[in-house]
Amino acid sequence: MNWLAFISIIGAAVAVSFGAIGPALAEGRAVAAAMDAIARQPEAANTISRTLFVGLAMIETMAIYCLVIALLLLFANPLIS
Amino acid sequence: MNSPLATPALFHLGPVPITEAVLVTWGIMLLLGIGCSIATRRLSHNPGRFQSALELVVEALDLQIREASGAPAQTYRAFIGTLFVYILAANWMSLVPGVEPPTAHLETDAALAALVFVSVIWFGVRANGLGGYLKSFAYPNPVMIPLNILESLTRVFSMFVRLFGNVMSGVFVVGIVASLAGLLVPVPLMALDLLTGAVQAYIFAILALVFITAASAEGGTDHSNAEKGSP
Repeated sequence: MNWLAFISIIGAAVAVSFGAIGPALAEGRAVAAAMDAIARQPEAANTISRTLFVGLAMIETMAIYCLVIALLLLFANPLIS
Repeated sequence: MNSPLATPALFHLGPVPITEAVLVTWGIMLLLGIGCSIATRRLSHNPGRFQSALELVVEALDLQIREASGAPAQTYRAFIGTLFVYILAANWMSLVPGVEPPTAHLETDAALAALVFVSVIWFGVRANGLGGYLKSFAYPNPVMIPLNILESLTRVFSMFVRLFGNVMSGVFVVGIVASLAGLLVPVPLMALDLLTGAVQAYIFAILALVFITAASAEGGTDHSNAEKGSP
């Protein structure tokens, strides 16, 4: 195994692990805010949870981008091969 | 483990390689097309169970389209409804054993995003004329032209990476867990995939609708909807 592959594997792990921090914090805040809103206004729970799901999927996309980058590094790296 | 980015060709049709994603897409098209033509063959004013269920689906789609775009539903029902139903069916194809969802491959998602990109231009030109549509790139002032052009490309790009990443990661994780743990262990993950697939189909359709609405509202004097398009 040459050092390019070595660095790529480390890069992929770093990309996923650090890329997950931001979306995790953001999802926690979003869910907490939605819980707060539902507790204050239980009759709006349907609208809030629908918007929450869409927002969560949007936030999660950031982590997914990191996953895609990691997979690119591992499986489609132009420098190796 | 196979690379999730590779798409090996199953067979060649003349010079054109046919991948598994294309075959599954044809299957979905056949299923939805024949199913809908059979389901709508005998429509009556006194709907039976099956027709009521279909009407429920169509009315739910119409309601979402009306709420998100503010236009009558039949303007966008054909395009947005087809996008939603196709992506939903494609995402849920992971339930069929041995079949990978075609949206877990980059090519299908890129094709869908290209459709959205073209239809934004089409609806924008149809609503405001060619000059009006081109002028909307210079809103709020001409300095923004490069940024607006860049935005119209990157938002479509992020749409297709989002769909690809979500569906592919679901398939990938289920594959890894199944190879590590055993047969029935990934079932809860697959149930989560159903939710993710439905939410992603909804998001893809709603985002396409928001982009189209923004493009068709921008060119005129009414700029109230203009900032809706920024992701």
